[in-house]
Amino acid sequence: MNTAVMNPSIGIERSPGLWSLAWKRLIADKIAVISLAIVILFLSLALASFVGLIAKGWNNEVGVNYAPPTWFKGSAPTEDLSKKQAVNPTGPSLDTGLAKPEFVNDRDPLRETVNELKQQLGQSAGANSVDEIKIVDPLADVIAELKKKLGRVGDEGEKETESTRLQTLAFGADKWGRSVFDKVVKGSETSITVGFAAAIVATLIGTFLGALAGYYGGKVDDALNWFYSIFNSIPYILLVLAIAAVLNKKGILTVVLILGLTGWASIFRVVRAEYIKHKARDYVRAANAIGASHSRRMFVHIFPNISHVVLVQLSLYVVIFIKSEVILSYLGFGVGVDTVSWGSMLNEAQNELILGYWWQLGAATLFMAILVTAFSLFTDALRDALDPKLK
Amino acid sequence: MFAYIIRRLWQIVPTMLGVILLIFFLFNVVGGDPAYLLAGKISNPEQIANIRKQLGIDEPYYIQLWIFFKQVVTFNFGQSWSTNEYVSSIFATRLPASLMIGIPLLILETIIAIGIALSVAYVRGSLTDRSVMVGCTIAQSISILVYIIVFQYVLAYKFGWFPVQGWGNGFFENLFKYSALPVLIALVVSLAPNIRLYRTFLLDEMNQDYVRTARAKGLTERRVMLLHVLRNASIPIITNLMIQLPGLLVGLFLIERFFSIPGIGREVILSVERSDFPVIKAITVYVALATMLANLAADLLYKAVDPRVELK
Repeated sequence: MNTAVMNPSIGIERSPGLWSLAWKRLIADKIAVISLAIVILFLSLALASFVGLIAKGWNNEVGVNYAPPTWFKGSAPTEDLSKKQAVNPTGPSLDTGLAKPEFVNDRDPLRETVNELKQQLGQSAGANSVDEIKIVDPLADVIAELKKKLGRVGDEGEKETESTRLQTLAFGADKWGRSVFDKVVKGSETSITVGFAAAIVATLIGTFLGALAGYYGGKVDDALNWFYSIFNSIPYILLVLAIAAVLNKKGILTVVLILGLTGWASIFRVVRAEYIKHKARDYVRAANAIGASHSRRMFVHIFPNISHVVLVQLSLYVVIFIKSEVILSYLGFGVGVDTVSWGSMLNEAQNELILGYWWQLGAATLFMAILVTAFSLFTDALRDALDPKLK
Repeated sequence: MFAYIIRRLWQIVPTMLGVILLIFFLFNVVGGDPAYLLAGKISNPEQIANIRKQLGIDEPYYIQLWIFFKQVVTFNFGQSWSTNEYVSSIFATRLPASLMIGIPLLILETIIAIGIALSVAYVRGSLTDRSVMVGCTIAQSISILVYIIVFQYVLAYKFGWFPVQGWGNGFFENLFKYSALPVLIALVVSLAPNIRLYRTFLLDEMNQDYVRTARAKGLTERRVMLLHVLRNASIPIITNLMIQLPGLLVGLFLIERFFSIPGIGREVILSVERSDFPVIKAITVYVALATMLANLAADLLYKAVDPRVELK
C-alpha cells in the first residue's frame, strides 16, 4: 500500500512508480552502487577521450620502446633498456630461450642499386637522399618514416635523442614507445562505443520485430518467427564471421553493424512473449475503445510497460558485444589499424609477452575485466531491482 | 514417436530454405562478383573466369540461387578458391581434429560443472557459495583471448608441460599430447558460465515441495540431491548442452587458431581471411543444419529423462 492511503492527512500523493521503486531497490544494493559507479567512471573516461581531454596523443611515441611501468622499474627485463634499444630496435633478446638472431642491416640492396645507377651516370656514389632512392623504390619515404619511428633518423644510424623520450611510463610503453595507458583509455572508448552502439542497434531491431510479431500474431508472427529461426539456427559467432567476410571492410561502423544485425534474435523472443502477454490486457483494450491506432497501442501504451525487460536485455547485450568486439578486433576483422581497441592491443601483446613485456597485456586485460565485471554485476542488480519476484 | 520425428524433420525444411536464402543473399547479392575480391589474390584470370562460370555470376539471380541450392543438396561446393582443395574433403579432414577437442571437452565440462554446481547449490548462501559465484563472475569477464595467451605462454612455453602448438597423426598422440592444453583452456573458459547456470537450475528444483517430501521420508542427502534434484534439473541442463553442441564445431576457433589445430573453426577464420566464400558458405549451411538436428535430439532426450514430457 502506498503512503497516501496510510496517511490521509498528507492528501493526494502520487504512488511511487516502477522506476522509482526499482531505483530505491537498486541503490539499496551495495554491489549495484559500486558497479554502477565503476561503469559511470568508464563512461566518463570514454567521453573524455572522445572529446580529446585525455589520451589524445595515444599515437605519439612518448616513451622509449617497451618502457616499463613506473612502479616496475627495478625489475625491468633489462637494466639498460635505452642503450640496447638503440642497437636493436626490435627489442632485446631475453633469457626466454627464444633468442632471435641479431639482425643488423648493414647491406642495403636498394642503396647499392642506386649507387650502381649513379656510377653509370658518372656521379659519385655515397650517401643518397630519400628522393634519390625514391627513383628506384616508390615506397622510400614510407620506409624512411618507419625508420624514424623505430628511433632512427635517416639511414646513417643517427639516433634520435633518447632524452626526449621517457624511460618509464605509468603503464609502460608498447613496441613503438606509445603510452600503454593512453592506448588502453582510447581502447576503452572504442570498445564502449561499439558495445553500446551495437546494443542499441540490436535492441531497436529486436524490439520492433518482437513487438510486431507479438502484437499482430497470426501470419506476421509466423513470418517473423521463421526469420528468427533462421538467425537462431546459425551459431552466433559463425554468422558474425561470415558477415565480416562478405563486408570485407574494417572500422567501428562495420563492427557495430555486424554485431547489431546479427544479435537481435535473443531480444526478439523476449519482447514477443511480453507483447503476447500484454495485448489482451484491459488497458490495451481500453486504448482500443478510445480509438488508439495499432502503432499507438504498441509503442505508447504497451511499450512503457515492458521497457524494463528491454533495458535488462540492452545491458546484457553491451557485455556480449564488448566481448565480441575484442575477439573480432583481435582477429583483424574489427576496427581498422588507425584505431586502437582492447582486441588489437591483445594482438600486439601476444608477441610482446614472449619477449617478457607483459604490461600491455596486463593493462588491456585489467581494464576489460573491471568494466565487464562491473557491468555484469550491475545488470544482475538491475534485473533483480526491476523484477523482485525473480529473487 | 516416429511420426513426431518425421514431423519435426519436415519442420526443418522451411528454416533450412531460409538459411540458404540468407547465405545466398549475403554472399551472392551483398558479396557481389568474386572477381573484384579475388583480384590480387588469384593471379590466374582463367581461374577467376572459371569461378564466375561455376557461380553463374552472369546469369540472373534465380539461376544463381538454383546453382547454390543444388550445391547444398548434393554436398558439392566445388573447390576452395585459395587452396583448390575440394570443400567436401576440407570437411572430412578438419572434422576429426575439432571433435578430438570438442568431445573430451564436453564430457569433462559437463561432469565438472555439474559437480561444482551441485556442491555450491547445496551450501547456498554460504561463504563458499558466494566466493565461487564471485570467482565465476570475474572469470567470465576476462576475455578468452587472455586465457589462451597466458596459459599457452606459462604452461607450454615457460614450463614446457605441453607442446606450444601443433598436431600429430596418431590418435592417442593427439588426444593426450596435443589436445591436452587446448581442452584445459576451453574447460577453464566454459566452466564459469556453466557453473552459474547449472546452479540456478539446481536451486530452482531444490525449492520445490518434492525435495521436502523426500527429506521428510528420511532419504539421505546424497539420494535427495543426486536422484531427485539432479534428475529434475537435468532437462534445462540437457537443453544447454545441446545448444552448445553445434557451437563446439566452430566455437573453438580461437583455440584451434592459437594451437595450429587443423579443425573446422580454424578453417572458418582462414577462409574469412582469404575471402574463400565456398568454404564459409558450406560450413555455415551445414552447421545450421547440425544445430537444428541437435535441437531435435534435445527434445527426444527430454522424453528419455522425463517420462512426463509429451512430444507434440
